[in-house]
Order: sequence, then C-alpha cells, then structure tokens
Amino acid sequence: MRDYIYNFWQGLYTILVGMKVTFRHLFIPAVTIQYPSVKPQMPERERNRLYVNMDDCIGCDQCARACPVNCIEIETVKSIPGEDLGTTSNGKKKALWVTTFNIDFAKCCYCQLCVFPCPTECIYMTDTYEFSEFQRENLVYDFVTLTPEERIQKKKNFEEMQAKKEAEKIAAAKKADEDKAAQANKPAETKSDNKEENKQ
Amino acid sequence: MMYDWLYNLTGSEILAMFIVSLLPLFVFILPFALAAVLAERKVSAHMQDRLGPMRTGYHGILQTIADIIKLLQKEDLVPHATDKALFNFAPLLVFMGSYAAFAAIPFSGFFIGSKIDLGIIFIVGVTGLVVAGILMAGWASNNKYSLLGAMRAAAQIISYEIPTLLIILTVIMLTGTLSLYDLSEMQTAYFWNWLILGGPAVGLQKILLIPLMILGFLIIYTSTLAEVNRTPFDIPEAESELVSGYHTEYSGMKFAMFFLAEYANMFAVSAIVSVIFFGGYQSPFGYLGNTLGWTWLVPIEQFFWFTAKGLFGVFVQMWLRWTLPRFRVDQLMAFCWKYLIPFSFVILLLVGLITLM
Amino acid sequence: MTQYSIQNTKDSKLKTEEMVLNMGPQHPSTHGVLRLELVLDGEIIKDVIPHIGYLHRCFEKHCEAMTYPQVIPYTDRMDYLASMYNEFGYAVAMERLLKIEVPERVDYIRVIMGELQRIASHLVAIGTYGADIGAFTPFLFCFRDRERILHLFEITCGARLLYNYIWIGGLSHDLHPDFIRLTKEFIKDFRPNVKELNELLSYNRIFIERTANVGVLPLETAINYGVSGPNLRGSGMKWDLRKDDPYSIYHKFDYDIPVGKGEKGKVGDCWDRYYVRVLEMEESLKIIEQAIEQIPEGDVTSAIPKRIKPPEGQIYTRVENPRGELGYFIISDGSLNPARVKVRAPSFVTMQVFGELCKGWMVADVVAILGSVDIVLGEIDR
Repeated sequence: MRDYIYNFWQGLYTILVGMKVTFRHLFIPAVTIQYPSVKPQMPERERNRLYVNMDDCIGCDQCARACPVNCIEIETVKSIPGEDLGTTSNGKKKALWVTTFNIDFAKCCYCQLCVFPCPTECIYMTDTYEFSEFQRENLVYDFVTLTPEERIQKKKNFEEMQAKKEAEKIAAAKKADEDKAAQANKPAETKSDNKEENKQ
Repeated sequence: MMYDWLYNLTGSEILAMFIVSLLPLFVFILPFALAAVLAERKVSAHMQDRLGPMRTGYHGILQTIADIIKLLQKEDLVPHATDKALFNFAPLLVFMGSYAAFAAIPFSGFFIGSKIDLGIIFIVGVTGLVVAGILMAGWASNNKYSLLGAMRAAAQIISYEIPTLLIILTVIMLTGTLSLYDLSEMQTAYFWNWLILGGPAVGLQKILLIPLMILGFLIIYTSTLAEVNRTPFDIPEAESELVSGYHTEYSGMKFAMFFLAEYANMFAVSAIVSVIFFGGYQSPFGYLGNTLGWTWLVPIEQFFWFTAKGLFGVFVQMWLRWTLPRFRVDQLMAFCWKYLIPFSFVILLLVGLITLM
Repeated sequence: MTQYSIQNTKDSKLKTEEMVLNMGPQHPSTHGVLRLELVLDGEIIKDVIPHIGYLHRCFEKHCEAMTYPQVIPYTDRMDYLASMYNEFGYAVAMERLLKIEVPERVDYIRVIMGELQRIASHLVAIGTYGADIGAFTPFLFCFRDRERILHLFEITCGARLLYNYIWIGGLSHDLHPDFIRLTKEFIKDFRPNVKELNELLSYNRIFIERTANVGVLPLETAINYGVSGPNLRGSGMKWDLRKDDPYSIYHKFDYDIPVGKGEKGKVGDCWDRYYVRVLEMEESLKIIEQAIEQIPEGDVTSAIPKRIKPPEGQIYTRVENPRGELGYFIISDGSLNPARVKVRAPSFVTMQVFGELCKGWMVADVVAILGSVDIVLGEIDR
C-alpha cells in the first residue's frame, strides 16, 4: 500500500517537475536560426566545396593520387619550347598545360586529403556549401581556364611538336643509318636508341 | 435559446435548425482546429528552444492554411487491398463522433446547440462513435500497424470511459442534474462557486469537498486525455512504434479528417471538464455587461470565458504532450484499472457520504 | 513491468495464428536501416529476426585498395556518430604498427576530441532514446548541446560529422585559437543541462516505468555474447578499455567508470544502460577539464610520416569507442596498401544479443530495448 501511494505521488511529482522544465523553456529564446534568410557564419577552416586556382596549378597530379574516391581527374600536356606558362605565386615554374581538371562533387567526400600534398597550395576548400543540382552531371566541375579550342590547340601543338621531333629523329636516324650504311658499321646500337626515344 | 432566436428571425424551423447545427462547425471547430494545429507547433517549438513555422505569413500564422491547401490537393489514395467502404467511411465516422459532441456543449447561456437534459451522457455516448471509427479505420486499412493501433485504441478508450463516467457520476450526485446548461448555471457568480471548490455547498461540507474535487478533476482530466489519444496516452498512434497507428494508410483529406477530429475532440473534452469543474461559461468574477447594464454583452463575455477555459485545457494537453514520454499498452491499462478507477470509487463514496451530511 | 512467458497455444482448441510484423528498414525508430522481423502473439514478441546489411559499403574490402592515410575518411563513415573515435582507434593501431611516438600535445588533443565525441554520441543516444519512448523534447535539447560540440569540431577541422582529423602520427590541424575558451564555456553550460535532462527524462516516472526492469541483460549473457561498452557496464561490470587496456594518455586523468547499479529496477535493465551513458558524459567532462588544464604546447604535425609503408606484420588494437570495444586488426604486407583491415564493431556484437533481450516483451519494448543498446547501422553493416 505504501508503494502504491508512493508510486502515485512520484508519478504526479515528476510530471510536475518535467512540466516546470518545459514551461521555463517557453520563455528561453530560440537557439535555431532562420536558415535561408539568416546564414551561419562559417568558420575559417570550413571544409566545403573545393576550389582550384588554376593560375597556380602545375599539374603535378598529387591531389588526384591522394583522393580516396578518385573524384579528381587531371590530364596534362607538355608545353612546347618557347611557350611561357608563367610562374606560380610561390615561384615555381610551370611546365605543363593542364587540359583537364575535373572534380566530381557527387563523389567528393570532403576529406581534405587532396589539399595537403599540393606543392603550390592551389587546391583548397571554400565555405560554399549550397551547390546542389538537379542533374548529377552538373556536379562535375571543370576548373581549367583554357577554352576548349585552346585545349585542343595545346594538344595539337604538343602532338605536332612530338611529330616534328619524331620526324627529326627519324630523319636523324635515317641520316645516321645512311652514314652507317655508308660506313657499314654497328647498325644495331642506333636502333635501340631510337626505341628508347620513341617511348619518351 | 439560439434556436428560438433564429426561429423568430427566420420564421423557418428547418433553417433555424440547420444554422444552429452548422454554427459550431464554422464558427468554432474549423477556426479552432486551424489555430490549435498552429498553436501545437508553436508551443512545442518554443518548449524545445525552436521557433517553429516562420515562413508563411508573420511568424507562420498561415502555415495551417497552407497545409490544408496541400492536403486538399493531394490524391485521394486508397490502397489496393483495403476494405474500400469501411476505409472511406471511417474518417467520417470519427469526425461525426467528435462533431456531434459539440451539439450539447454550452458555449454561453445563449449559444448552445441543444439544451439536452442528458447533456453529459449524450456527449460521453456520442464520442463512443470515435472508437467505432478508429476500429473501422484500423481494420479496413489491412495493415498490421493500423490493426495493432486500432486494437489498442479500442481497449484504451473503452477502459478510460469508466473513470470518466464515475467522476461524472460523482458530480451528478452532488448537483442532481445531467444537463450541462443547468450545471453551468449552478456555478454562477464567483469562482468559489465552481465545483472544483465545492460548488454551491456551504460550510464544512464545502471544505471537505475541495480536496476530493481536485482529485476528481485530476482523474477526469487524465482519463479524458486518454480518450482523445494524447501523450502520454497516445499509444494508438505511437509514432515510434506503430509508425502512426490506425491512420498509417490514410492520406490527403481523409487524414485531415482524423486530424480535425483529434483537435475537435481535444477541445470537446477540455470543455466538458471546464463545464463540470470550472463553471463552464461563467465568469470567475461577475460580468461587465451586468455592471454596465448592457445585457447583450453578457453572452459574449460568457463565450469568451468558455473558450478561454477550454483553450487553457487544450494548452495543458499540449504542454503535457511535449513533456512526457508515452506509456506502454499494459501500463496504460494498469494505470486505469489500478489507480484511476479505485480512486474514482473512493471519491464517489466519500462525496456520497459528504452529501448526506 | 512483466516479461510475459510465451505460451504454447498448440494444446488450446482455439485456433490462433502468429503475426509476423516487419519493422523497418524504413521505420522511425530502428535507428537507421535495420530490419526486424517480429513474430508476434498479440502484442507479445515470440521471436525477433534482425536483418542487417542495408547499409553495407564494403568498408573492409575498400581499405585494401587504399593507401594507409586514405583509409581514415572511410573509418569516419562506420560509426558516423563517433567519427573522431574511429579515427583515434585507427591512428593508435597504425602508430603501434609503425612504432611511432606522437608528440604529447597530439595525445592531449586526441583525448579532448575523443571525449567530446563521446559526449556528442551519448547525447544522440539519450535524445533518440527519449524520442523512442515518446518524449520528443529531450531529443531536441540533446541536439542543441550536441550542436555546440559539432561547432567545436568545425572550427578545429572544418567538418561537422566526418572529420578526417586524427591522422597517423598526428593531426591535420592544430587547435583553433578559440577552442579552449569555447570548450570551457561549453562545459560550464552543459552541466546544468544534464541536470535538466535528468529532471525532464531520467527521473520521470513514466520513463522509469517504461525502461526499468525492461530488457534485462544479465552480466553472464552480456559477457558470453561479447557485449562491451556502456551496455556491459550497464549490466554491472566495471570494464572500460581506457582503464583496463590503456592507450594514448588516459592513465594521466582522474575519472570514474560508472556502472549500472539497478537503482530503479534490476541491474542491466534499459534504465541502467541509459543512465550509465548520462553518467559517462559527466566523467568525460572531467577528463576534458583536466586535459585542457594540462595541455602542453607543441607541433601536431611533426610526427606524421611522409610515406607510410609499415613493415610486414599485423596488429590488433582496441579502443573504447562510445559504443564499446572498437578493434582494428590490420595486416600489412609491406606495401603502401593494407593487406587486410578487419574491424571489430561494438554495435555489431551488441546486435547479436538483441534477439535474446526482446523475447517475451511487447512491441513497444522492442523500441525501448533497441534504443537502450544504442546501435549505429553504419558500423554494423560497414
């Protein structure tokens, strides 16, 4: 019987205590913010959408290798002699044309692993977090500053250069062959040299 | 009274009856439900340090209207394997039950749908229809969650009618009337005439009655809370266990009907409690209209006091909901049969003895 | 109150049928994508068959294709409520494999972060438990406090949920200049909030009725099934890897290991498991306070190896995750990628005992018991 009354009293009492707590909270100002109209201030280390400053990118591919989900796709083309690509902000000389630098934000896991290995600190995370899209393809961001024509041009330039070199080499080889044929001396050695250069 | 007045005004019995019966719906239930749904959200939000809906209108006051528009636009979805007739009829029946109760609720001395002599019994009886509706909904949905919810609801509502009726019986014994109008009229003048403070009894009798009446009030408030399926007794819809109980399969306007019925019911029960214990539409300290000699003001004041008391009851229901966890089904039954019913019997006995004094 | 004995209805002449209720994977209170097949007799549970795997992401196989540092973002996604601690465990395992000594400051920061994460994780456990039982308000109070912890993480490493903060041999960033001040403020504000939570939920009679004596996990069963963490401590065993198998610098701090005492019912019931978590939050606060006082200066990135290529070998390391014993078994074949990473996930082990706990209780109790063992599906399915 004592338990019975005690239970009843406990029930009533704890309910009243709980009601006191919730009633007090009726007058405490809200801790939430009205999100789309009021936006929270993002901390400086905020890790959201990646940004690549292409002026500084040297196309070293380190970020793509660090990425655990392979969301960064980089393709580079060697510059032809005589082209000046400029230097990065920390004084490194650029030697590659970056013709593809795609980041697929549908895959990106915002882990920041790509940021640390970058030698020129050109890839970093910004505080932009509102970039949802209706089409998944739209989440593939292309950071390359070159126009599509320029990219094709650069590739072509490189190929032409390659072809020229090739031609030169073949010509040189031929010339050497001819010389050798003329001298009739050690034809095998030059052949292997040729192969190596082709690979490069 | 309203009926007589309208009869004189329009000269047609049918028209008068029609207006009287529709008046509570349009003047009261719908606006109330709209306001109460918003209030529920706002109250819960502020209790949880949030702001609640803020984007439709000033501080979100148009939110419920937007919701209603959304619900109206929705497809009337009837799942394939349901019992179509029952499935469609159940929300109507549930709403009918709670709507019919408003017929006998005295909003003021003037505005009362029907001055039935058996007012209380009528309300208790007619709200019983809700159980039938819920059972129908649960069964017809052909969903296991719905079925479990409906079974729980039936057991719960029927059990909790017993303590409700026992307390009502106590009050009837004390006052000798079943009419809600007479009950309100009896508690006129000042708040010490309210039944929670012993009513019109005098002297020692009154003092002895006060604790019993307070206990009686607690019991009837708790059990009516259970009858309208509010937390901590919301096990029929228990969203964390049964998804949403008997109305899991409902959508669109049919779901809105259940919703409307729930809120209408909430007001109905707190109105009954306020009629029984807090003097119904009577003002706690006289009427301004009487003092100034403007007799037309009195019914308006009465309406104000009645809704104020009813709304306070609703507010407490919300307050409890956002404070308390939920019972388990067997504990709910145990609470009813082990605590509420014995206590009600004791109160019945003691009040009986006191009235003999 | 009572556990119902399952009656054999075969002898009865009345024909009865069992009802199979499918709970989940999309159910408000299965804490993710757990699917439970409940065999019901009325409301009483005759059998529970949990189905897992809806969140399987091949974590262990994935790791084999990753380099060692690349595994860390994946560990984050196992127990997504305690990411910091998953990294912590992995880093400790790798450091033992590589035999690296980390600077003292790193250890201090790791402990602070780990304990903050423990509080955050327990807040979710407690809050959702309240919501499971039907009290929604404590849930939001808990999330309000958790939000402040997440903000602390955010200013430190920039992420709120999946940090990639604790690295092998160090940390990705040093503490934010405001961190210490904000943490102190948080601790000051949080203590009264715990008290308020207790008033609102823990000592509420209805809550006690719902949880005390329900789903009792006897100590013997708990040990036999390999249950660990707060669930084991709720059953009354003082077993905490921070004390019993020390790692990092936990031996430097003074704190208690709360155990279930059966205050409101039997030892090992849902209320005990719940309350152990509440008490653990307070102990974590103590650890954080001490760590903040003692934290030395130093460089946090100095010990990070440039190229992680551990010698051939294997290691098993366990840490006390908010949910129990989190073990990492790493086999290295001497290359840049691990040959095998096996995780002993505490929730996965706890899930095994769940069926036994539920038998004979009601549908509503399944929710109560599931909430009290506090599982995270990301970790079970991996």
